[in-house]
Amino acid sequence: MDDVIDVNIGMEMVNIVLLGMLFIVGIAIARMRSLFGIVMLSGIYSLVSAAWYVAVDAVDVAFTEAAVGAGMSTAVLLGAMLLTSRTAKPEKPLKNLGPFLVCIVTGILLIYATVDLPGFGDPNSPANSGVGLTYLQINWHDTGIPNVVTPVLGSYRGFDTLGETTVVFVAGLAVALLLGFGERSLAETIRKEDKAPPPLPKDDAISNEKEGKE
Amino acid sequence: MKSDHHVILRVVTKTLIPIIFLYALYVQFHGDSGPGGGFQAGVIVAVAVILYALIFGVPAAMRAIPPVFTRSLAAVGVLLYAGVGFWALLQGGQYLEYQALFQEEPGGHHGQHVGIILIELGVLFGVSGAMLTIFYAFAGRVAEIRDEDW
Repeated sequence: MDDVIDVNIGMEMVNIVLLGMLFIVGIAIARMRSLFGIVMLSGIYSLVSAAWYVAVDAVDVAFTEAAVGAGMSTAVLLGAMLLTSRTAKPEKPLKNLGPFLVCIVTGILLIYATVDLPGFGDPNSPANSGVGLTYLQINWHDTGIPNVVTPVLGSYRGFDTLGETTVVFVAGLAVALLLGFGERSLAETIRKEDKAPPPLPKDDAISNEKEGKE
Repeated sequence: MKSDHHVILRVVTKTLIPIIFLYALYVQFHGDSGPGGGFQAGVIVAVAVILYALIFGVPAAMRAIPPVFTRSLAAVGVLLYAGVGFWALLQGGQYLEYQALFQEEPGGHHGQHVGIILIELGVLFGVSGAMLTIFYAFAGRVAEIRDEDW
């Protein structure tokens, strides 16, 4: 019995430390003006929350958070940062009062709502007792795939995943259409350069540096 | 930018990119038995290319992986996913019913395995293609990363 309590206290400590780090990083992001620092800190925020997802046994979610939040968004934000200035505008302090009040009220409402949530790992909670339990029981007979998450999203919920893939595709399409295939002009110049006889034996890195210097 | 003082970045990136790709393939094909799958692998592939673009410049990345290719890849991915559904239809099953792919009895797992691997490949192509298209659309608007940005 003592061991069980010790394990629980250990997990509680891990949760508290990770969530505390999330809080600190969130405050730091809100107070920072350097965009580069903000992008890096948001990557760290994703990484810490991924670690927290692992701590609460949601490994697939953690993986997605680490790949998309810490990897992809950081890289894309770094790319987007090149299009704008390096620092955010300083804000007037009084202007923040309204949003601050909205945040406080929303926070209080959310905390009030957590009272009704089922306990962590509660076997009688709707998520664990309904269709989730059924998946765990019938998955092995149906598909023979050990990771239950994969058949759930690929087989039982195949339509959902098709929809998600289409959403991602449409997002890419929409950005490309909105920005007018912005890369096309750049791609055209690259193609012309490649077709033109190179003046020197061409090394990509060196030629790029020359272009940058001109 | 004249003297190559990003040499450490370039060398480290060159070693890292193959490992990132290899890891993406591991995530892709290990999704059946561990965490991971097409979405994560697709994003990791895209990140490897974006890393290359950030370090060596967008033109170099566009030479290696042209924007036309990423656009087509995204479309091919979605078509592959949807095509598995039509394959099941042609075999007499319902849309995306993997059990029908090889007309197995319940309890047969071959169709499930093949179907899930194919749709995960579709997701990999769709996600990596779409992510790279988005990145190129943004990054194509700046010609070169300036030196003071580092």
